[in-house]
Amino acid sequence: MKIAISTTGNTLDAAIDPRFGRAVRFLIYDTEQKDFTLVENEQNLNATQGAGIQAAKIVADSGVQAVISGQCGPKAFNVLSTAGITIYPCDANSIAEALELYATGALQPAKDATVEGHWV
Amino acid sequence: MKIAIASGKGGTGKTTLATALAQAATEPIQLLDCDVEEPNAHIFMKPQLTEREAVTIAIPVLDTDRCTNCGKCGELCQFNAIVTIADQTMIFSDLCHSCGGCILVCPEKALQEQPKTIGYIDTGHSQSLNGDTITFVKGTLNIGEAMAPPVIKQVKKMVDPNQLTILDCPPGTSCPMITAITGSDFVLLVTEPTPFGLHDLKLAVETLRLMDIPFAVVVNRAGCGDNRVDDYCSDEQIPLLLQIKDDRRVATAYSRAEGLLTALPEMVTELRALLGRIDNCVAAAQRSLS
Amino acid sequence: MKEIVIISGKGGTGKTSITAAFAALSTQAVFADCDVDAADMHLLLAPLSQQSYPFISGNIARIDAQNCTGCDTCNSLCRFDAVRPGSPYTIIPSSCEGCGVCVHFCPEKTIEFPPQRCGQWYQSETRFGSMVHAALDIGAENSGKLVSLVRQEARNLAEKHQRELILIDGPPGIGCPVIAATTGANAVLVITEPTCSGKHDLLRVLELTNHFDIPAYICVNKWDINPDMTEEIKTAAQEKGATFVGTIPYDEQITTAQIEGKTIVEWGDTIAANAIKKIWNSFCEQLDLPQ
Repeated sequence: MKIAISTTGNTLDAAIDPRFGRAVRFLIYDTEQKDFTLVENEQNLNATQGAGIQAAKIVADSGVQAVISGQCGPKAFNVLSTAGITIYPCDANSIAEALELYATGALQPAKDATVEGHWV
Repeated sequence: MKIAIASGKGGTGKTTLATALAQAATEPIQLLDCDVEEPNAHIFMKPQLTEREAVTIAIPVLDTDRCTNCGKCGELCQFNAIVTIADQTMIFSDLCHSCGGCILVCPEKALQEQPKTIGYIDTGHSQSLNGDTITFVKGTLNIGEAMAPPVIKQVKKMVDPNQLTILDCPPGTSCPMITAITGSDFVLLVTEPTPFGLHDLKLAVETLRLMDIPFAVVVNRAGCGDNRVDDYCSDEQIPLLLQIKDDRRVATAYSRAEGLLTALPEMVTELRALLGRIDNCVAAAQRSLS
Repeated sequence: MKEIVIISGKGGTGKTSITAAFAALSTQAVFADCDVDAADMHLLLAPLSQQSYPFISGNIARIDAQNCTGCDTCNSLCRFDAVRPGSPYTIIPSSCEGCGVCVHFCPEKTIEFPPQRCGQWYQSETRFGSMVHAALDIGAENSGKLVSLVRQEARNLAEKHQRELILIDGPPGIGCPVIAATTGANAVLVITEPTCSGKHDLLRVLELTNHFDIPAYICVNKWDINPDMTEEIKTAAQEKGATFVGTIPYDEQITTAQIEGKTIVEWGDTIAANAIKKIWNSFCEQLDLPQ
């Protein structure tokens, strides 16, 4: 299966971007192939509003079943849940560490949005 | 003629001036409260409000039977208010700006518009000192709604072109203020003689120059600060049409919902003269255009 | 990290003067001026701008005159009265909502849609600590998004400098910028004045904070202009669930200090300065803020 992790970097050692909607990019990790691709989120950086919704669409369109990010607002949560994607909030130091935690079942899925919407 | 009362900085006395002008006028006039986030003019005018109508914006609703999830609506929407993921299309109506684009672009005619209430308009009457009728209109944005401009536009639809109309505008220089002053014949910028007042006045002046609307300045609480506003106006050749002196009686009256003319009745002459001077300014501006 | 937003509903109640005084009293804070429409706090805090960045938000329509046939499609579809018919047709930038409908439906595909620069934001140092502030371009839209940006950058700065508190000077009103400034904050302090308008606007603001579930505290500035109204406001605010933190007397020295570019607490032991110090201490205690 595929997992999307929000990040500011482009390797497995990179830090997790705590923002979901306005994350710099997503690292899409394939747990079977044990490799990854990068999807830019740049069109969202200047979005007037609703960045979380578009970011959710971007990761949903890339076929992931799980998202690991710092925070997730109500609208993004809504879209991701509708697409059947599970959200795992995580404050690990690196993507590799987060994937390790995920593999051992240490990450808890979010039952609800973890932050208030930013409104715009 | 439409005179908008505006300011960059809040709390400089827009409503005080707008309501006092309405009371001083010597003809039947309209007073429109366009500060829909925090409308206050009614507190001083105490009008009899007789009618209320809702302000609605049109938001899309989806007919899921017709929708093929082609995603064209979401691609067009600049506000991320519609998204199609996998086999589902979702609408976030609080992000919708009512541009109507999604409805036009949908090839299946699966989207229809439905009104959503975001505020209301009250209409009523009050009386000037002369006993003339003041037609009073107030717009109010519902709590939790973000978009003031549609409510302001609806208030402005009540303008009677045959009457003198005074618009009490929201503070600032962004969308709500611009929506309120658009189409006015003249703007009075109310400020106070302080650094904050001057800084925000400059922003408002730049905005009005960009929009090419003739304007003048009124200084409220004159004497409480320094001379920099006067100096700025004379340097920039901006007419300074009226000074309202800093007087604790005005503040106390204001706190009790009494207007400027209750505290300083003698100002009625100056306010009437101000209306006359605005007439002259507008006529001069029109002459210079033609 | 805690975010405290100071707002007023009604303009001109002394919000910025008091926020700047709090900034002078604080020792552990980062400051954010979210009143981006009429940002005045820099006049008292005199920030030295370290870095400035453009604020880009959305897009704006622009008709390429060469290919415009005057078919009126853009004008008939625009819901924001932003098209000025003529030869050629033009877009009124201050009215353009950036919805892109005209761009999409122009049969000649002659409407461009470039990203719009709407202002600038700054990261600066003041004599009391770091500050994030911004200026919206003249006639520009979307102050709500700029408010969100300023808040986010203030959070980043606070994290970087390990500051425990963010003091935010909020915008007036109850609309988009206020919602952007307050949602998710730890507390809102409303500065009001003892007038009918002040009370009216305060109650609308408290409905908003209740709607978004943000703890609200209130303070009456210039309380002695109308002591009865001050009492009335205190009672009404408490009925709405807000906590009363104190009153500040009318003090002409606030204007004098402003003219000198100083916060009132730096200006001297005036009656307002003393009241503000008391309020700051009690507010910090109640919210467990670093003083």
